Order: sequence, then C-alpha cells, then structure tokens
Amino acid sequence: MLDQSRGFGDQKAQMTTALVLEQLLNGVQFGVTLFLMAAGLTLVFGVMGLINLAHGSLYMIGAFACASVAALTGSFWLGLAASLAGAAAAGALIEMTVIRRLYARDHLDQVLATFALILILSEGTRWVFGSFPLFLDIPDLLSGTVTLPGGTPYSLYRLAIIGVGLAVAAGLFLLIARTRLGIRIRAGESDREMIAALGVDIDRLYTVVFALGAALAGLAGALVGALQSVEVGMGEPVLILAFVVIVIGGIGSIKGALIGSILVGVTDTMGRILLPEAFKLMLDPAAAIATGSAIASMLIYALMAFVLVIRPQGLFGGGH
Amino acid sequence: MREWQVNLALIAIMTGFVGYAVLADEPFLITLATRIVIFAIAAAGLNLALGYGGLVSFGHAAFFGLGGYACGILASHAQDYVPIFETPFLIKGTNQMLTIWPVAIGVSAIAALAIGALSLRTTGVYFIMITLAFAQMIFYFAISWPAYGGEDGLSIYVRNEFPGMDPFAPMGLFQVSTGVLMLVLLLVWRITNARLGLALRAARQNAQRVSAVGIRPFGVRLTVFTISAAITGWAGALFVELNKFVSPSMLSWEVSGEIMIIVILGGVGRLFGPLAGAMLFILLEHYLGGVFEFWKILLGLALLTVVLFARGGVIGLLVREPRNG
Repeated sequence: MLDQSRGFGDQKAQMTTALVLEQLLNGVQFGVTLFLMAAGLTLVFGVMGLINLAHGSLYMIGAFACASVAALTGSFWLGLAASLAGAAAAGALIEMTVIRRLYARDHLDQVLATFALILILSEGTRWVFGSFPLFLDIPDLLSGTVTLPGGTPYSLYRLAIIGVGLAVAAGLFLLIARTRLGIRIRAGESDREMIAALGVDIDRLYTVVFALGAALAGLAGALVGALQSVEVGMGEPVLILAFVVIVIGGIGSIKGALIGSILVGVTDTMGRILLPEAFKLMLDPAAAIATGSAIASMLIYALMAFVLVIRPQGLFGGGH
Repeated sequence: MREWQVNLALIAIMTGFVGYAVLADEPFLITLATRIVIFAIAAAGLNLALGYGGLVSFGHAAFFGLGGYACGILASHAQDYVPIFETPFLIKGTNQMLTIWPVAIGVSAIAALAIGALSLRTTGVYFIMITLAFAQMIFYFAISWPAYGGEDGLSIYVRNEFPGMDPFAPMGLFQVSTGVLMLVLLLVWRITNARLGLALRAARQNAQRVSAVGIRPFGVRLTVFTISAAITGWAGALFVELNKFVSPSMLSWEVSGEIMIIVILGGVGRLFGPLAGAMLFILLEHYLGGVFEFWKILLGLALLTVVLFARGGVIGLLVREPRNG
C-alpha cells in the first residue's frame, strides 16, 4: 500500500518533469518567433529611428503568402519562400512609398501613419482573402515527433522553428558584425549624415534594412501559420508582444531582442502552466484556475514593469 | 477663419444635426450624436496629455474600458440585488449615474497613477510602447477573469438613472453627455491656461529648462496624465450607458488607436479638436461603412493623407492662427 502510493507519486513527479520540459520548449519556440518579429522592429528603430506598427501586417502578409502558395502548389517549402519574398517585397514597397517620408517626423506621426497602414493592409487582405481563416499544414518532413528525455513525444516542427530562429539570430549577428552591409548598418545607427557624406546610398540602405526586417516578420508569420490559423488581425497581438520584448531588451539591440524574446516566451508559457497549479495549493481548483490564468496573462507585463524600474532603457539599451 | 469661429460652427453643426433628428423623428441619429459626444469626451481627455503635454499615450483604451467596467459592474450588481462585497464591509451596486461616475473616474485615475508612475520614467518611443503594453495587460486580464463575463462581456438591462433624465429616451442621455462634454472642455481650457498647463506645455518644449526653474516635469506630467485618464474613464462609463453593454473590446488597442485618430483628425492641442475629430470619425464610420464594407481602407488613406500632407487636422486646416502653445 505504502509502496504503491510512493510509486504513483514517482510517476506523477516524472510526468510533471516531462510536462515542464515540454512547456519550456514551447516557451523557447514562442520566444524564437517573437525574436523574428522583434529583430526587424529593433533594427528599423536602431538604424532609421522609426517606430513601425505595420510590422504586424508584414507578419500577416508572410502567413497569407505562405498559406496561399502552399495551397496552390501543394508545397510548404515554396510557400515559405513566397512568404520571405512577399513580405520583403511588401516591406520595400511601403518603405519607398510611405515610410521614407516619416524618418524626419516625430514618433506621433510615425505611429499614426503606420496605424493607417495597418488599416489599409488588414482591410485589403480581408477584401482579397475574405474573413475566413486559411489553414496551413505542417510539411510532411517535419510532421513527426521526437521523444524527449523522460519519454514524452514532442513536435518536430516546433523544434525546427527553434532551430530556424536560432540560426537566423546567428546569421544576423554575423551579418552585422562581419559583412559590409553590417558595417553600413552600424555606421547608419551612429551617424547617418556622415555615412551619406562618405558616399553610401542611404536611401537604398534604408530600403534594404526595412525589407530585411519585413522578410523576418514574414518568415515568423509563415512558421506560426502552420501552428495556428492564418487570419486577418493575427499580427497585432504578436506586434505588441514584440514591443514588450524590445522594451525589455533595449531598443536597437539585437542581443537584447534575442534575450528579451526568450525571456518573454518562457515566462508567458510557464506562467500559464505553473500559476494555476501554484494557486491550487491555496484555493479550490476552479478559483485557482481562474485566478492563476488571469494573473498569468499579466505576467510578462509585470516583467516589463520590473525591468523598467531597474533599467529604464531596457537590459541592453543604449542612449536612444 | 479664427479658432472661435470654427468652434462656434462645430457647435452649430451639432445642434443642427440633433435638431434635424428631433424634427424628422429619427431617434437613431440622436444615438449617433451621443456616440460623437462620448468619443469627443474620451478624445478631449487624450488631447490633454497628447496635444498639450506631448505624452503620446497609446493606451487610453485602458481607462476608457476601466470606466466602462466600473459602470457595468456597479449597475449589474444593482440590477441583480447582489452586493459587491459583504466582508469586511458591505458595498452594494448602484444605478445612480452620480454615484457611478466618481467611481469610474476614480478607478481610471488610480490606474493612470500607477501606469503613469512607471511609464513616465521613460520618454519618446518607449512611452508609446509601454502605455500600449499596459493597456494590453488590462485587456488580457479582462478576457481571462471570468467573474464579469470574461470575453463575452457584461450586459446591463436598464439605463442607469440621472436626476431628471428619462432613461428610455435617447435624447436624455444625449443631453447628459453633452453636459459632461461642456464641463470637460471647460476643465481642459482652465487647466491649459492655469499654471499647471503652462508648466506642462513648457515641459513639452524643453523639459530641462522647466527643471532649471524649479518645476519637476515628472510631477506635472503625472498629474496631467492622471486627469487625462480620468476624463477618458468618464467617457467610458457614458459609453456603457449608451450601449448597455461592456466587453473587453473597449480595452483593445484598436480603441486606443481610434481615440488617437480622433484627436489627430480634429487637430492636436486644439480645445475643440476632439469634437471635430469625433464628428468626422463617427460620421465617416457610419456613412462610409454603409456603402463600402472595407471602409477602413478609405479611413486609412484619409489618415495617411492627414499625417503626410495636412498636419493640424480639420481645425488646423481651417484656422490660420497657430495652436496655442
């Protein structure tokens, strides 16, 4: 009797560890997709001094491009390429038509103009694709599961997203530290007049940086599109979380964006699992789940407030 | 034109619109006019912080929604005869607007004090993002907290009472809201011409100089941010009276954006800018929305045009004199 109950307890402990590991990976995967969004936002802010609300629309455009090309051709990989190309093209187009006029303006004008772009792009997408969500299947190659230590299966696709995100992060660091484009980006951050005087085509540089950020947002949209439904308005909640990330990490810092996104992703995911459990120790189950999930939904904002109190410029923020 | 002439013209247009609605016996137009007035109040609140103080708050939906929930929760408890608290002391719901309003205003002001104390440590683009993020925090809390309807929202079945107002006629709420709007505009006008307002405008132009003469910009900004939020919260309570319904959508970031659009369309830092903006926005929404399902594309294009080419909004376009401050 005693042994049995202990055996049951061990099993339960093992289950819990496996669950925690699974949720930890989910948190990292969520964080990595946030990083793809936050990297573009923070790059655009760092180089051009622009706050871009329409970044969420580029995420949506990536997801729609991927879903519609995948539905047309039957290939997720062609869809993924289309999401990168489509979002980059949309980004370059709006940079050249609208965004370019906003660099010299104050942040209020930038917020309003990019808010107007959200209205136009969201309603335009609704016009073309309708209000019903599109669905995007996980490609066959990645549809399996892998077994985690502890024996629970875990989605290969989510692991692949983590891999892609980390690879993109490494690529961005290399790009900025080692290439000529990276040198120009860093120079543009510190003194845009000077690099223009040295003969760099600053307009083209800005378009390239904006399109790069857009492509990353589009990639994030396509990757997440296979996990959730692809619909109008999917970009804005992620955009606001990406704002939280770059406020925590420090605006303009890619390193801050990476650390901030993993922090936000893991805190949010773990909070939703652990807080209701923690409240069950004090309250009855129904009340515990209600209180726990209500507080969990506010956790990352509390994290942001905490970071702001100790470091108003974010963890890795410079003097912007 | 002079600014006072434009303001008079705006009042005349509103009066004409409502007069037509009464003569033609179109109660829906009175409801539409009430919507205009309520959004004008909300935007007048934001205009105080954004227009005069340069505090670009992208989270005023938080206060709009908190005011709305204060109204909805008090009224629903009164209608169900269930007290809100019994221990440690008894708090009952109420259906009296004169009791609901101070609660709505107080709740929004307290929230603004906390949010402002944290957000005003930062400036510029950080401030925009942080106010947005705090509004999202309250939005998600309202969605996941099941006690007052969660995602589905909360209905109140009868309009609350105001001495002398007929709760069943649309005209009653219109008159009450218009009275509130006039009070709020008077308050904003008084504040902007008082020492607080002068310090606020000076802090927008050069915070260092304001500190150098011995005024802390933080305190001035926090006071104004709190007043601004309280006004928007009052509008939220009225908005719930109008719809007899409150839901988390009142707290969503789109509402913050809409209130901001109203301020900009009307004219930033102009006393009657919020009214002009609300008239334009609500009428565009109603009449364009009727003919073209995707009217928000046109709204977006209009907004883009105003931002890129016609800075200063409606009033800035009509009035030659520069804005005060």
